[in-house]
Amino acid sequence: MKALLVGEYREGKLLESSYELIGFAQTLGAEFELFLVGSTDQLPQVDGKLHLADVAAAGEFNPALHKQLVLDAAQKAGADTIVFLHSSYGWDLAPRVALALNAAQVSEVVEAAADGYLLPACNSKLRRTVKATTDRSVVTLQVGAFMAAEPGGTPQVEELSVAAGGNTEFGGYEQAEAGEVDLGKAEVIVSAGRGVGKPENVAMIEALAKALGGEYGASRPVVDAGWVPHDRQVGTTGQVVSPKLYVACGISGAIQHLAGMKKSEFVLAINTDKDAPIAEIADVLVVADIKQFAPALTAKLVG
Amino acid sequence: MNILVCIKQVPDMESRFKVDAAGTWFEESDLAWRINEYDEFAIEQAVQLKEQLGDADLTVLSIGPARLKEALKKALAMGCDRAVHVVDAAAHEKDPFQIASSIAAFAKDKSFDVIFTGMQSQDRGSGQVAVLVGELLSIPSLTTAVEFALEGDTISVRRELEGGLKAVVKAKVPALVSCQLGLNTPRYPTLPNIMKAKRKELLEVPVADLLTEEARLETVSLAYPEKKGSALVLEGEVGDLVEKVIGILKEKTAVL
Ligand SMILES: Cc1cc2nc3c(=O)[nH]c(=O)nc-3n(C[C@H](O)[C@H](O)[C@H](O)COP(=O)(O)OP(=O)(O)OC[C@H]3O[C@@H](n4cnc5c(N)ncnc54)[C@H](O)[C@@H]3O)c2cc1C
Ligand SMILES: Nc1ncnc2c1ncn2[C@@H]1O[C@H](COP(=O)(O)O)[C@@H](O)[C@H]1O
Repeated sequence: MKALLVGEYREGKLLESSYELIGFAQTLGAEFELFLVGSTDQLPQVDGKLHLADVAAAGEFNPALHKQLVLDAAQKAGADTIVFLHSSYGWDLAPRVALALNAAQVSEVVEAAADGYLLPACNSKLRRTVKATTDRSVVTLQVGAFMAAEPGGTPQVEELSVAAGGNTEFGGYEQAEAGEVDLGKAEVIVSAGRGVGKPENVAMIEALAKALGGEYGASRPVVDAGWVPHDRQVGTTGQVVSPKLYVACGISGAIQHLAGMKKSEFVLAINTDKDAPIAEIADVLVVADIKQFAPALTAKLVG
Repeated sequence: MNILVCIKQVPDMESRFKVDAAGTWFEESDLAWRINEYDEFAIEQAVQLKEQLGDADLTVLSIGPARLKEALKKALAMGCDRAVHVVDAAAHEKDPFQIASSIAAFAKDKSFDVIFTGMQSQDRGSGQVAVLVGELLSIPSLTTAVEFALEGDTISVRRELEGGLKAVVKAKVPALVSCQLGLNTPRYPTLPNIMKAKRKELLEVPVADLLTEEARLETVSLAYPEKKGSALVLEGEVGDLVEKVIGILKEKTAVL
């Protein structure tokens, strides 16, 4: 395998997750070169060739142009495998590159096995092993699935020339508004998932959090529905937390939620579905209806 | 204005999945089917756009077996004007490139101004079909939209990035938009609209009329994940469960 690793750069910074790409290549013992739309004062610390396009010219968001740059780099590197993270940058760009190369794309790889790549299916309840039937392939890696390589080394930079182009316009970033609570500091977090059923039931999650001396949080659908404010959302597009105790109430355990709470010291999950993927990282799974269990536990705690 | 929305039907994710005899897919009997969650946001956005424009024509398309008529009927009841069922009993064996190629083959001579899709499917979650369709049709794709607006001939979306960050991105129509969770609040079809939907056009197109491409991916196997964790599973009566949990929290955590 000769891999081209597509690093990520945002708001003037190289993203740490880029080292996971190197970790992947090292795990496979693959030869690799790097690609980055970035800048010479934020270079990844790694030995080897780096195809660098100047972000001042290429912009942080310009998929049509970035596609062309990746293709140029892939050709120069003689790469047969183009590797992205399965991130907002990667899942947007990867299919464009794949199509241009007539290559198969394998999305959200969690493991590389002898007979193919392993991917999650059905909310991680199943694993699919797939392989590309094309000569070249494009791969996106689930964020967090491969151990990041330790930074170390100096890349040999090859500048890519950037021509004007693109069919989209970038209008800047918007930060989430700061909220009232910093879940990152809480020692106990009790989170409400869609399994709580209706907005009125969030109160019982709040009550349990209070009884345990902690804060309440939520999974995304509960936030999207407006039952709980966004600053309490746990996950990739919310907060990353690591409390002493995390109680997941009616939360299935989608990867984007797990990414936000898997560093918790102790995880208690309450779910009616014994097969819910949250069981993979929970210490205890209570198979019960949260509407009965939460009030009962709260009552016992406040005695 | 001409609008297309692409939807997929997927099993309820709370189902118990059984791997099929071939070991490459799950058994489809006994499963409850619904519209891919992301695609409900796509339908809603398409209907809202039609309402905004007044004069617009909205087609919903889905590729799959007979059971997905139900999904298409729901989309019609939500406000789509016509449904196209690309009939393919073996759609689950098609890879994202083949699905996208079939959609693009259908769309290529119909001059859609805006195409909506979900950002990913819940069962396979490839997150590829949207962008592939845009690329095959040579139109811009704006992915992971959590806000959508059309003014004049310019689409503007908030693209969701990681950690609460969003990017404002724009493109001129024709363009494709892939919809992320929370983009809007999908409506429930009302009874009168369900009745009205029965009279709407539901076109059938055999997949062979559209698909000429070979698969680029092969499924080697489908299996249960190796259980990495070893959660202690507690079942029983709620009162007992509460006692047990308090005991465990006292013993294993410093919070009680
Ligand atoms: C790019 C991207 C970013 C995302 N970011 C995030 C994020 O930051 N945070 C996040 O949470 N999600 C995020 N998601 C969404 C994620 O994929 C899941 O859709 C979401 O986490 C599911 O939330 P849930 O577990 O509450 O709901 P569901 O998956 O619907 O699960 C509900 C659970 O409740 C159980 N249940 C039902 N009734 C009861 C009952 N009475 N008692 C007990 N249990 C019950 C069910 O068995 C089920 O397991 C993101 C998705 C994408 C694509
Ligand atoms: N069989 C299908 N029929 C119609 N649209 C589909 C189909 N499969 C996927 N799509 C669309 O493509 C999006 C992304 O799917 P995927 O690439 O499979 O994650 C979905 O949200 C749908 O909008």
